[in-house]
Amino acid sequence: MTDLVLETRGITKSFGALKASDSIDFDLRPGEIHAIIGPNGAGKSTLIKQISGELRPDAGQVFLAGTDVTQQTTRARARAGLGRTFQISELAMEDTVLQNAVLGALGASGSVWRFLKPVLSDAELVTRAEEALDRVGLLDARNQRTAELSHGQRRQLEVAVALTLRPKVFVMDEPMAGLGAEGSLTMTRFLDGLRSEAPILLVEHDMDAVFALADRISVLVYGRLIATGTVDEIRSNAEVREAYLGEDA
Amino acid sequence: MIQERYLNALVLFGLIAVPLYAMATEELFTITLATRAVILALAAVGLNLALGLGGLVSFGHATFFGIGGYTMGVLAYHAQTYTALDLGLFTIEGTKSMPIIWLVAIILSSLVAVVIGMLSLRTSGVYFIMITLAFGQMFFFFTISWAAYGGEDGLSIYVRNGFPGLNTLVPIQFYGICFVILCAVLFLNARLAKSPFGLALNAARQTPMRTQTVGLDPTRLKLVAFVISGAITGLAGALFADLNRFVSPTMFSWQFSGEIMLFIILGGVGRLFGPVIGAVIFVTLEHFLGEITDFWHIYLGVILVIIVLFARGGIVGLLSGRGGGHD
Ligand SMILES: Nc1ncnc2c1ncn2[C@@H]1O[C@H](COP(=O)(O)OP(=O)(O)OP(=O)(O)O)[C@@H](O)[C@H]1O
Ligand SMILES: [Mg+2]
Repeated sequence: MTDLVLETRGITKSFGALKASDSIDFDLRPGEIHAIIGPNGAGKSTLIKQISGELRPDAGQVFLAGTDVTQQTTRARARAGLGRTFQISELAMEDTVLQNAVLGALGASGSVWRFLKPVLSDAELVTRAEEALDRVGLLDARNQRTAELSHGQRRQLEVAVALTLRPKVFVMDEPMAGLGAEGSLTMTRFLDGLRSEAPILLVEHDMDAVFALADRISVLVYGRLIATGTVDEIRSNAEVREAYLGEDA
Repeated sequence: MIQERYLNALVLFGLIAVPLYAMATEELFTITLATRAVILALAAVGLNLALGLGGLVSFGHATFFGIGGYTMGVLAYHAQTYTALDLGLFTIEGTKSMPIIWLVAIILSSLVAVVIGMLSLRTSGVYFIMITLAFGQMFFFFTISWAAYGGEDGLSIYVRNGFPGLNTLVPIQFYGICFVILCAVLFLNARLAKSPFGLALNAARQTPMRTQTVGLDPTRLKLVAFVISGAITGLAGALFADLNRFVSPTMFSWQFSGEIMLFIILGGVGRLFGPVIGAVIFVTLEHFLGEITDFWHIYLGVILVIIVLFARGGIVGLLSGRGGGHD
């Protein structure tokens, strides 16, 4: 059990009368992509926020590599190796693409308490940032202002910033959202390779991507995980078909 | 359209040429005006660091300006009356040395900024504005009742404090001191904006959540920015007191906090030279329009409304053709 990279036990969170997380047990093993699917408003992002530390659960625990991090800040969890991407891009829009990536590298490896030396003259940080940009295909856009990027490029930058952290576990909230068919395919191929570096918790609506990538799938409906299994098990699960896949299968 | 660099160079050139010309033609009052503009610019440069880079709308920066002013007032008062300053545990001598006064002003402003910052940064938005305002008012009313140092009437210092090797009573020499300090702080500010700290602070303003998820603490970054910002405005307060050879509770007034914020909006929020241009325009208008009418603030108000409505990047943004955004 202790070699689980990420685990939640009985995570529960209510917003007023709404139970957004209802005693959720979830785990992520080394080397796997574990997808979470579920209809809009099922509580996927809410679960991720509790894993990353942005929200405190009402009950239950979060473990990172066997350590209980439930009481730890977002910052501490990031430093412990959690690399998260946001459903709605959280980027410094006025800054350049490179500056956004350097921010990640700075948080992961540099000292922020340096006041006089230009950060872009720190070769180590810039190299690390550019490597990450290169991997998602954004290196050519490095001097562009983030506000000028297309929606798809912002999604790529989200992933690149997480890469600069060189995390032990990725937690990705709909990285393909709004990417288009070709963009999704590129991202799918990229994530496929990424799982050998660190396992991925993947929240995604794009079923082609999920079925192509996931080692396991969990289905979240109204805050409850109603099923967890392999692609084939989930595809053939009657309850899942009814609750979720039934809509488009 | 002028590139921002050339615009900045032009401003610096003006700040050198005008006082020198005034010296040649013996228009001493112009030099005093220029000194006033430069010191107020310094106070606003301090605020711009918190406001422009950190996104902290502090409506209480008069606190630091006043602390700088009273540091000068109290130290020089004890020196000119040959009395010791009793600090409870021990006593110290007053001083008429500018460098020492500046150092004490910077240290005291920083310490107060740590306290105010730690309390205010628990809030944001309107609450942050209100709480910083409240601290300023606290000091304002405290100094009004601080009878030992003149209370409401303030405190006069008869002879300007000294700087080794210079005669600070000569207007152009005192101007030179203030101008060099402004340039030095602008230089450090430009470096800071591009430093690792500057990058992180920029991100903490724009996207605190992202900043946390890369392992950085946005609140701590903002606190440090607030402290540096307060220290600079405090230094400006010490210089301002020396310019007037007088300190009074009005240095702590909320109107002053508003005035330096106005310089920044006028010149351009987050622009290196925004506060400088704003302060120069303000002092110029105050002088020329103030001679014509007592209601010159109305014209200033009109200009401000136009800037806010049509030129969000302030005058720097308007002239350099880059409306929004930061350096
Ligand atoms: N801070 C909040 N306060 C109140 N309700 C909230 C809050 N955050 C989320 N909710 C509600 O909780 C439910 C789950 O939201 P969540 O964003 O986790 O869904 P999701 O599965 O990520 O949906 P989507 O697929 O649309 O992203 C929704 O009904 C949402 O309105
Ligand atoms: Mg969501």
